[in-house]
Amino acid sequence: MLANYGLIGLFFIIVALFSLSMPIIPIVLRYLKIVPSHPGPVKNSTFECGVETIGKTWVQFNFHYYFYALVFLAIDVLVVFLYPWAVQLRQLGLFSFFAVLVLVFIVVIGYVYAWKKKVLEWK
Amino acid sequence: MGLAAAYWIMAVVAVLAALGVVFLRNVFRAALSLVLCFITVAGLYITLSADFLAAVQILVYVGAISVLIILAVMMTREVQQGSPANRLKIPAFIVAAVVLGIMIYTVTATSWQVASAAPLAPTTVPLAGKLFSESGFILPVEIAAMLILAAILGAIVIAREK
Repeated sequence: MLANYGLIGLFFIIVALFSLSMPIIPIVLRYLKIVPSHPGPVKNSTFECGVETIGKTWVQFNFHYYFYALVFLAIDVLVVFLYPWAVQLRQLGLFSFFAVLVLVFIVVIGYVYAWKKKVLEWK
Repeated sequence: MGLAAAYWIMAVVAVLAALGVVFLRNVFRAALSLVLCFITVAGLYITLSADFLAAVQILVYVGAISVLIILAVMMTREVQQGSPANRLKIPAFIVAAVVLGIMIYTVTATSWQVASAAPLAPTTVPLAGKLFSESGFILPVEIAAMLILAAILGAIVIAREK
């Protein structure tokens, strides 16, 4: 079992090396004078697709949006219980199915309350 | 051998990421550094054969807590200033150093008991049996759901604008 996780670890190491080497290659090529260096305002700007931003991008957002994170966090904790149940779904049978239905129902009450109190509206 | 190498890589990255959380001036980068720290802690759980705990660590901490922190960064006033130093720097350092010293002393002075039985692998399947089978702990699971419900309702009631 640990060997499978070892492969995931190897994948992480390859990802880190690849993403490190990608910015390093052009820097090295420029020091070796293979790539000519003609900096300009357009070349130096950060590449971004879409429309150019107006004003600062580091603006303060409305506190209202914090509810999304709070409700998301609570539902995410519910997933912690659903995950082992989903792994053993066939062996556990009908009893656990109704138990999980009750579990989801209890948490959905909170979600519906958030909905009715209009905290999930994007204004 | 491979396990020890994995442990040391993750331990070093975890400590460096934790130092990054403290020392980075840009709050958003500090939050990303915290995410890296969470991921390496999940890796450490895997080396301890606690695969369900590792999955929960990724799911809750890397997935949700980091979103909560980054949203809090979005709502911070004058976030561009970063985390400026203030006069509590030295007292905070002393308190943190004392806590670290006590923890290191406790960990090294305790004689840890090692169980003779081999660890369960994987842990998720036996855990599912314990939680959801008819002879299992289904009532505590439902009570935990009530706790989540209370957390949602409490967060909405406390934080909602009047």
